[in-house]
Amino acid sequence: MTLWHKLRPYGMVAPAIIIFSLFFIYPIFYMMYLSLFDWNFVSPTKTYVGLQNFADLLADEDFRKVLSNTTIYTVLTVTLTTGLALLLALWLNRKSFFHGFVQGAIFSPHIISLVSISLLWSWLMDPEYGLLNWVIGLAGFEKLQWLSHPGTSLVSLVMVAVWKGLGYNALVFIAGLQSIPADIYEAASLDRSKPWTTFSKLILPMLSPTIFFLVIINMIGSFQVFETIAIMTQGGPVNSTSTLVYYIYEYGFRFFKIGYASASGVILLVIVGILTIIYFKLLSNRVHYR
Amino acid sequence: MAKIELKNISKKFKDDTVIQNLNLTIKDGSFTVLVGPSGCGKSTTLRMVAGLEKQSDGEIWIDDTCVNDTPPGMRDVAMVFQNYALYPTMSVRGNIEFGLKNRGVARGERDKLVKDISEIVGLTPHLDKKPQNLSGGQRQRVALARAMVKQPKVFILDEPLSNLDAKLRNQMRTELIQLHKRLGTTFVYVTHDQVEAMSMGDEIVVMNKGVIQQADSPMKLYHDPENLFTAEFIGTPAMNTMQMRDAQGLDIQASVGIGYVGFRPEQALINAGPDSEGYTVEGEILTRESLGAEQIYQIQSRSGVFFVKTFLAPVVTADHVKVTIPYEHLYYFGLSGERLRSGVQANRKQLATVGGI
Repeated sequence: MTLWHKLRPYGMVAPAIIIFSLFFIYPIFYMMYLSLFDWNFVSPTKTYVGLQNFADLLADEDFRKVLSNTTIYTVLTVTLTTGLALLLALWLNRKSFFHGFVQGAIFSPHIISLVSISLLWSWLMDPEYGLLNWVIGLAGFEKLQWLSHPGTSLVSLVMVAVWKGLGYNALVFIAGLQSIPADIYEAASLDRSKPWTTFSKLILPMLSPTIFFLVIINMIGSFQVFETIAIMTQGGPVNSTSTLVYYIYEYGFRFFKIGYASASGVILLVIVGILTIIYFKLLSNRVHYR
Repeated sequence: MAKIELKNISKKFKDDTVIQNLNLTIKDGSFTVLVGPSGCGKSTTLRMVAGLEKQSDGEIWIDDTCVNDTPPGMRDVAMVFQNYALYPTMSVRGNIEFGLKNRGVARGERDKLVKDISEIVGLTPHLDKKPQNLSGGQRQRVALARAMVKQPKVFILDEPLSNLDAKLRNQMRTELIQLHKRLGTTFVYVTHDQVEAMSMGDEIVVMNKGVIQQADSPMKLYHDPENLFTAEFIGTPAMNTMQMRDAQGLDIQASVGIGYVGFRPEQALINAGPDSEGYTVEGEILTRESLGAEQIYQIQSRSGVFFVKTFLAPVVTADHVKVTIPYEHLYYFGLSGERLRSGVQANRKQLATVGGI
């Protein structure tokens, strides 16, 4: 065996390993390192402060608000997107031109950039001239403040996220439904299974891997929400829409408190890590894989 | 137990007519096998009896009830699917008792039924396993148990053995026959395999292109085929048939037009003595299949290629042979393939001989 033979496999994977290390592994460790310092990005000296950044964070009233915003946003977005997508998929899972058209239409937001979507919805949700308020006005209800009121701003952002995610989620569910063989439904009908029983006892358990996958993907995605907030609300009004990633961005790139921002980043990493572990431990036992 | 009657059944898929005007009575307590090449409409017929497919026209009667508008679950039929269609998320027990639960059978009775059935099919040690952890034969038994536990009037089996290996298939075949004896329920069985049909059924319905070719007992089907299709479909190897104009040297008097003449491979004699009378053909042996007790020869003659089967006879080593088929074992078919039972008479006086190549 020549040296070349031994080295060749490493050479093959090297590009991927280098890129992954440079843009994923190194930043994670550098962030952990920075979280122990007080630094403003430009000064040549970093001041070592130990765990002071973490202590400050946990004592910060705003940070707690940010955590609760992120949690509410995530829970609402994940449950609404997954739940509505499942209902939609059950309805769309048949072959006709109309159903194909609806499926295509609800999928289109998935491929539109988040910036365009944010701008579009900012117009739609404009309290004075927005389309949504115009419709509400026509229907004779009191107009909503949407993004401009602390009570509705977070829910408005959830609406946008659900609207964007629905098509993709429904598509994955449709794929899951179509992988269930037709004779299962037939066997159930011969067993006198009522539609609800068939759904809850057979279809839902068989969809569990799909549900599991979507919940994880949606949750990790929602925890990292940034674009819509940066463009539509900038965390306002009164901090009502400031989430973890937006908070990190503000402290890192607007206030240049990079150590403090890194400490929040470490906390985000820990939260996402814990959630993933919990989900795998909790759900993997109950998920049925074929 | 139930009798099933299909009256003037037609089935169209969009513009495609799969079954046209089919009439069939399946006797109470019989083991009826629907057999035919793929696409002949046998599965569709079966699914219409189960209620999974709605006929375009006609009536289906189970006992004295017209079940045209009865949903599948209420027809009192149980079905075993080709791929078993077990519920993958449920244990074996869950699979078996799902139908009982939906009928509102009380827990105590349910447990007893499941216990009894799983003993019959030998699943007792596997009741808490999931189907994907079972072997093919065990899955098959779960599917059977799931059907049996409902104590239906009719069992419907759609190619249930096609996913098993050859040995297991033979074993399950005998088990199914025993099961039918034991239960005495009407079995309707679909297969494309004529050997399976012959060995299991007491009534066989041969179908082709959505039309019943012949419905009879296995022996009747074999010895007395109604038409060319049945003759060529039943038997291993199938009946040798040739067009009348190719049957050189066959001297017959017929009052009707003969299209085809045929004979069973096992009725032909190789190098028979001079005293045996019959249609004689000379030919070359192309292949020899020795299966132990029986030998199958493929023979090329001027009348075409045909098969001859011998039992417990020494292997014929000669390449050039004379094959004699006694006249009484020749089958005659009309120009459109219908069987001619009378009006054909071979001229026995003059021995017909065809030269080989």
